[in-house]
Amino acid sequence: MAMLNIENLHANVGDKEILKGLTLEVGAGEVHAIMGPNGSGKSTLGYVLAGREGYEATSGSVTFDGKDLLALEPHERAAAGFFLGLQYPVEIPGVSNLNFLRTALNAQRKLRGEPDVSAADFMRLARTEADAFDLTMDHMKRGVNVGFSGGEKKRNEMVQMALLAPKFAVLDETDSGLDIDALKTVAGGINRLRSPERGFLLITHYQRLLDYVKPDKVHVLSGGRIVRSGGPELAHALEREGYGELAA
Amino acid sequence: MAANEQALALAKEQSKYKWGFSSDIESDFAPKGLDEDTVRFISAKKAEPEWMLEWRLKAFRLWQGMESPDWAKLSIPPIDYQDAYYYAAPRKKPTLKSLDELDPEILLTYQKLGIPIEEQKVLAGVEGARKVAVDAVFDSVSVATTFREELKRAGVIFLSISEAIREYPDLVKKYLGAVVPVRDNFFACLNSAVFSDGTFVYVPEGVRCPMELSTYFRINAENTGQFERTLIIADKGSYVSYLEGCTAPQRDENQLHAAVVELIALEDAEIKYSTVQNWYPGDENGKGGIYNFVTKRAHCRGDRSKVSWTQVETGSAITWKYPSCVLSGKDSVGEFYSVALTNNMQQADTGTKMIHLGAGSRSTIISKGISAGRSNNTYRGLVRVGPTAEGVRNFTQCDSLLLGSECGAHTVPYIEVKNPSAQIEHEATTSKISDDQLFYAQSRGLDREAAVALIVNGFAKEVLQQLPMEFAVEAQKLLGISLEGSVG
Repeated sequence: MAMLNIENLHANVGDKEILKGLTLEVGAGEVHAIMGPNGSGKSTLGYVLAGREGYEATSGSVTFDGKDLLALEPHERAAAGFFLGLQYPVEIPGVSNLNFLRTALNAQRKLRGEPDVSAADFMRLARTEADAFDLTMDHMKRGVNVGFSGGEKKRNEMVQMALLAPKFAVLDETDSGLDIDALKTVAGGINRLRSPERGFLLITHYQRLLDYVKPDKVHVLSGGRIVRSGGPELAHALEREGYGELAA
Repeated sequence: MAANEQALALAKEQSKYKWGFSSDIESDFAPKGLDEDTVRFISAKKAEPEWMLEWRLKAFRLWQGMESPDWAKLSIPPIDYQDAYYYAAPRKKPTLKSLDELDPEILLTYQKLGIPIEEQKVLAGVEGARKVAVDAVFDSVSVATTFREELKRAGVIFLSISEAIREYPDLVKKYLGAVVPVRDNFFACLNSAVFSDGTFVYVPEGVRCPMELSTYFRINAENTGQFERTLIIADKGSYVSYLEGCTAPQRDENQLHAAVVELIALEDAEIKYSTVQNWYPGDENGKGGIYNFVTKRAHCRGDRSKVSWTQVETGSAITWKYPSCVLSGKDSVGEFYSVALTNNMQQADTGTKMIHLGAGSRSTIISKGISAGRSNNTYRGLVRVGPTAEGVRNFTQCDSLLLGSECGAHTVPYIEVKNPSAQIEHEATTSKISDDQLFYAQSRGLDREAAVALIVNGFAKEVLQQLPMEFAVEAQKLLGISLEGSVG
């Protein structure tokens, strides 16, 4: 069975149905991209999978790593190895990035019945990953995302992902707002973390990211459903022709 | 029957000791109610000199003509002052055979705070725990003795106020009531008449107190009770850091607590006073709970003297408290760092007064109010600059954080400036804990309560980092625990 298996998923935001029967399978070791016009339900999909309050799955099922994902609390999903990189990362003043990450990592480990990571090991890891995504230790000591530029926030999401080492990551427009150098850094990070045990779902507007991270499959989301799936060439077609016809 | 005679009879009955004005009667308490005899009884029990009794009586007579203040944004049920004990075995708790008999909720809180088991027993009042706890907390009795000796070598006087009245009458006479006059306010006046015990600290000239002074050390040997009186004097060029309170939830049969704390800093002296207050706040419907009506004031009397108040207030049903600084020394410094957290039906009206009289005096006020449940949390602060105080500076920042939609946060700053050279800054914000922040933390692996605790601690960080290290860690946990179940 695929690592992530979404079956005929319907979901509401408030009273409005946004996902209308979405079906998608992503296997371990695969990278899939979801593209689609504004308002098609891309971000909603990320939130529903992560368990955000107010984003309610009304029918269908999501199986993740053999578990019923929708039955878990958000933090349990994280501990089970699910990660969502946010399109708009949030600021938490007064809580240092390092403290936030260490608290999160140890909370996940505790839920999995693993011992805390030692302070020294954590610091080593944090230093390495901050460096890999061009953030300084000053960024790591500052309040979470406080005073970060848009690009720095996105790269901080990547640092978090690398440190938490999830089994599966949904990255919601992590590429938007990045200049070309930052885009390459982020893409390089994703490629480094690609492994036969890990899956990715990249939500993106642009072909750009896919020039650097080669997806196994590309899907077009429109009107709350996957309307078309294909190989990397589909992204090129979209870039050329726009969503109009493909999403119709 | 007069109070004294009743007490006498009781004391005789209870203890089989011969009544006398000595302090060695084991079971001593005055009957309910308050009159001059009660005051005389208290003074006699403590074998106080005549001047102290006169001081108390004067306070009592003044108090009779005073009225309970009603200007705070608090709803205080009427208090029957005749329906209370003013001298009882302080901090009376039912003796438990073991921790199993303790309210499981309190036990759980102890565990969450990470309080060692032997310390839990002392806090809960388990029979026979004290000696064990002394061993556990201090490693051995000799460690406590070592502390005392180390202080003595440095020349620091650290005693109960009762002992100080007997052993250092001149110092006490000189400073008691010098910062908070007997007639200052209703509760301070009451305290002056009936204070049960408290702490006295004198740090001699040029001495840096070799350790953080904590009532905690002393409370294990001696209880203080509801009308606590604290007097701390830092002589020229000295430094002392004093910790008050305890993060563990404190229950007490006395509903009213009216303490008075006076600090005096002479030239170039510095006093750092930290409080963690976690008295029983009452249940979720506001039933029970302590009324904490405290008068705390510091006098920065000497040039370049400095007083820093740090408080973390999470307990009590009602808090009425304004730790203040009278900055009469030239270039003296006053600081106030406060976190006040209210949940359920709690009410807090707290803040500070910075009275600038000395030229070049400076003050900083950082107040963080956190309201949850149906509670009300008010910051009330005064910054006053006298006409002759040149070049005064003040910075005030008041931030309020709301959890839920049924609580209230209020900021009431008073600014009175009579010298045009003053620079006064005031910043205030009110925010709600956001769904975005909560979800973000949860999606990284924190459960809802841990997420709330993390965000709240971030909000309060500027204040918490003022606390001594080991206190800060406990205070962080305390904020989380105090908010449990408040975010649905």
